[in-house]
Formats: sequence, structure tokens, C-alpha cells
Amino acid sequence: MGERKVTVAAEVGLHARPAATFVQRAMKAPMDITVAKAYGSKPPVNAKSILGILALDVRQGETVVIRAEGEGAEEVLDELAEIAGTP
Amino acid sequence: MNLRGVGVSPGIGHGPAYVLAVSVPEPPEGATYTGEADQEKERATAALRQVAGELEARGNQAGGEAEEILKAQALMAEDPGLVVKVRSLIDRGLAAPRAVFEAFTKYRDVLAGSGGYLGERAADLDDIRDRVIALLYGQAMPGLPTAPAEPYVLVARDLAPADTALLSREQVAAFVTEEGGPTSHTAILARAIGVPAVVACPGATGIPHGVRVMADGTSGDVRVEPAESDVADAVSAATARQAALASARGPGRTADGHLVPLLANVGGPAELDAAVAAGAEGIGLYRTEFLFLGRAEPPSEEEQARAYRAAMEAFPGAKVIVRTLDGGADKPLTFLPAPAEPNPALGERGLRRFRRFPGVMDAQLEALAAVGSEDLLAMAPMVATAEEAGWFARACRAKGLPVAGVMIEIPSAALRAEDVLASVDFVSIGTNDLAQYALAADRQLSAVSALQDPWQPAVLDLVAMTASAAARAGKPCGICGESAADPAMACVLVGLGASTLSMGAAALAPVRAALDAHTLAQCRLAADAARSRTTATEARAAARAQLPGLGRLGL
Repeated sequence: MGERKVTVAAEVGLHARPAATFVQRAMKAPMDITVAKAYGSKPPVNAKSILGILALDVRQGETVVIRAEGEGAEEVLDELAEIAGTP
Repeated sequence: MNLRGVGVSPGIGHGPAYVLAVSVPEPPEGATYTGEADQEKERATAALRQVAGELEARGNQAGGEAEEILKAQALMAEDPGLVVKVRSLIDRGLAAPRAVFEAFTKYRDVLAGSGGYLGERAADLDDIRDRVIALLYGQAMPGLPTAPAEPYVLVARDLAPADTALLSREQVAAFVTEEGGPTSHTAILARAIGVPAVVACPGATGIPHGVRVMADGTSGDVRVEPAESDVADAVSAATARQAALASARGPGRTADGHLVPLLANVGGPAELDAAVAAGAEGIGLYRTEFLFLGRAEPPSEEEQARAYRAAMEAFPGAKVIVRTLDGGADKPLTFLPAPAEPNPALGERGLRRFRRFPGVMDAQLEALAAVGSEDLLAMAPMVATAEEAGWFARACRAKGLPVAGVMIEIPSAALRAEDVLASVDFVSIGTNDLAQYALAADRQLSAVSALQDPWQPAVLDLVAMTASAAARAGKPCGICGESAADPAMACVLVGLGASTLSMGAAALAPVRAALDAHTLAQCRLAADAARSRTTATEARAAARAQLPGLGRLGL
């Protein structure tokens, strides 16, 4: 299972435009992808669910762990990590 | 009839009321369907898909900010978690409209429970839900007149981006809604197209269709059938206010010429232009987190120096105060590992982390020294004691930086400001954290937000204590917290002895005008009046009573 840890850099956190861009990219991938906060007790959410991501309520400076498995997962994870880490 | 809401987009708008009454009934509880579950599920999925498609198409047509909002809503309508929920409710026997209603309610409650930004997204979900249910019932969603004889005042319970995205100033004179807040879509879009807006205005949908309405997007006043002379007065007052705000130019000063440099708070290179355009006289707080966040290794000395030099070039000959990295458990950085802390606000953040990782601070101070300008000043956050301030000042001097300052945001540093000032050259008060720590009220918790108020007399006392210690030491005491952006508070802070005020660029014009309208003596009277009260609300009212110019300026 591939995984990326990334600190969310956008001022709005993983909400609004960054959240939409993130989900749009995740939806193009065939495999299951999850997102969870690195520090916290909330269960991981589906990276293709904008409502799940919003409810996770990731703020600027918080670290998330993105996980995916399967063919092409590494590339998808790299792209998702870049979106989450973009200010 | 007069109503009162919250003004979120300034200006006066008047015209006939166009009351948008959208009411999609709640599908009856326990409603079932006849026929196959698969067909019912397909009906629901098709409706969700169609609404998503319509939202996206409107977004493409609208462009800009509205496009982003509508595209995010389209994603919500086809959210995989939501679709699964709708299908499983249909499997359990519910008719498609009821299944849609219950599935949306589940997500809506999660968002609404969080309050703030997420709470306002709950209204997005309501709108999408109503559109899907209307489609399933074969109802048409009401549209808006596209080419009215004169621009109308659009009144609604709440407005969805799908309603407002395609509107322009030619159609709409003002927005008035019963619900919504300052970050609601109505507010954002109204400001974007420059139309006055009042939100959170109870009773608005009781305004009869077609009667004349005047909305004041600054005060939040909504007048129904105002006299023509009142409209004329309000429009000329608003015009005068704009002129008054624009007429105060040049360096910040009180009416009697006491200079108070007005500086900008800047969070990254992208904000420099706005600060220059707003007439900032330097940078009072340059946050440097943007250089460090989301990176595996700290930025090189060259990269940092380049960023600091760009700030100096934007403000030639002016002071630029750079706050050293303010990281903590809530802003973890891979190269500054932080164990999870139960309360990051009281943990190892700011200067405290540098004491454990002095290499990162040394590199940042070296980058500042490499720029080689006397106008570039280093300032440390989260200083609690004189000993810590001394440690930072020595580190700065060892790198060849002639001037070092610290932030005053912990009450212990304010109480012993004299000792802190003995080893540094200036201090700057961070009022947000000072209030958080003085009142023991977490900034992230809305439940204690009433305590998180810079007008709390205890916070004003700590500011006064710090400013007078700085005056005795003959060293500057600036303010770089959000409170300096409030024109009334800005006057009080000057009255308490603040030597500079630093704020977001948008606040500079109103604060400049407020200072220009009062003498230093009036500011001092306002400060004394505020401190003589026992609650934040009374302190604010008492201060404003001493600052008559605010009312004239419409601030």
C-alpha cells in the first residue's frame, strides 16, 4: 500500500478550491484512495467524496496521510500530495 | 417597516423588491414507491447527475469565483458516499425523493454541526437537495427576471450560487437574505460584482413583492418604502463616506499630527502588491511560514534571502519586520518533528521550538543578515520570559543583525515588559494570542469566542502595561494583531501608547481615516473610557462615545 504524508499549505485548508481540485483528480483514478489526518482520531475518508473531505475539516498546516494501492497508485499519490501541499 | 441584518458588501442599493420564494416541500416520511428498486435507484441517480450537470454548466457560463463554487457543488451532487446512501435507502423501501432528502440530511447535519465555513456549506447542500427533489417531482425551479426595467433588490431566505452566479449590476441593486453570514456565497459574490448586500436579516421574506426597498450594505439597515428624500440622503452619505475614506492619504497620523506609521501584515510574496497599493508604510508582520510549510527540508539561505529581499524592494527605505518561523504541533514540519500535543497552543511552538532546533533559527537569521539591510528587522514569536528574549537578541547580534525584537502575546511577557525590553530593541503585540492566553479561551473554539475579544478590559490593561514600559525604555511598541484593523480599536491602541499599527491591507484606508479624524488626546480619552469598564461590550461602547469622527465616517 502506497502512502504520502503531506502538510496542507493552502490558507483555506483542504476546503473550497483545493478540496475540489483534490477530489476531481482522485475521481479520475480507478483504485480506492483514502485520506486521514496524521494526528487525530477521525477514521479515513474516501478521497473521491467531497463531502467526506469537507467533514474531515483539514486546516492549513495540518498533515494528512493519503493512501492508495494498485497499478498507477504511486503517480496518483504524487499528484494528490502536490495538490494538498500547494499554497 | 425597517429591518436590520448584517452588512457584508458596502454601499446603498435601492429598487423594487423581487422576493424569491423557493419552497420545495419535504417528501413525506416513510414514502414508498411502486415498481422495481433498480428503476427507482436509476431515477434518483439520473436526477443527481442532471443537477450536477446543470450546476457545472452554469459555472462554465458564469466564470470566475462563481465557477469554482458551482463546480464544487456539482461534485457534491454526485458525491459517491451520498449516492451509496440514497441507493441503500431506496433498497430499504423509501421512494427516491424521500431517500434523497434523508441522505442529504445526514451530511448536512455533520457540516452544520461544525459551524463557521462548514456550517455555511450546509446551505449549499440544502439548495442541491431542493433542486434534485424538485426534478424528481417534475417541478420547475423558479428563475429570475433577466432584463428588468430597473435593477431590483433581490430578497430571499438564502441565495444559492446557482441563483446568483449569472447576475450583474444591471439587474440587481442589492441582495437581502434572511440567512447566511459574512463568508456565505451571497456575501462573496455580492462583493465580487460590487453590489450592496445584507445577510442574516430576520423577516426579509415578509417584504411584499414589488415595493421599494433600500438596503445599506455597511450598516445592515433595510428600509421598506423609504421616503425619496431618505434614499437621496443615504446615497449622498454613502458617497461622502467613500470620499472621506479616500481623502485621508499619506502617512498615518492623528488629527493633531501625532505620527502613527500604518504597516501591513503580509503572509507571502503574493500579498506585497496589495499592501503597496493600499499605502502601507512598511511591513509590521511578515509571516514566514509560507517558506517552510509542506517541505521535507528547510528552504536554503539563498531562497529565504530572495524572499526577504523582494519584500525590501516592495518597500524601499521602509522597515520590514520579519517574524521568525512560528511552528507548533498544529503546524507540524517534517524537519522540525513535533510529537502530538493535547493542547498545541500551550505547547512547544514559536521560539520554544527554535531552542530545541537552533539550526533552523540560525539559518533563518543568517538569511536575514545576508540581505544586509538595516531596515530588515527580525522578531521572535511566542516569547514568555526576559531570559528567552535575551537569548533571541544574542542570537541575532551573533549573526550581525543590529536590531532584534520580540512579540508580546503571552501575558507573562506583558506583565514583565520592562524586563523583556531590557534586551531587545522593539516589541510588537499580537492581540489575538494575547487575548487567547489572558482569557484562557482557545482561538479555535467558537464556544468561547465571546471571551476571545480584544476589547476585554484585561487585554487592554496588558497592552497599556506593555506600551508604557516601552515608552519608559524609549523603544517602539507596535501592534500586529487583527484588532488594529478595527478603526475604533486602532484609535484606542494609539491612546494606549502604540507607536505603529500593522494590519491586513484592506483595513489600512478606514484606519487611516479614523486616526485622521481624532486627536491624540481623544484617542487617550477613548482608551481611558474603555479601560474604566468591566465588559468588552461596554468598553467598546465607551470608547466609541469618545470618538465622534467614527460616526461621521460611517465606520
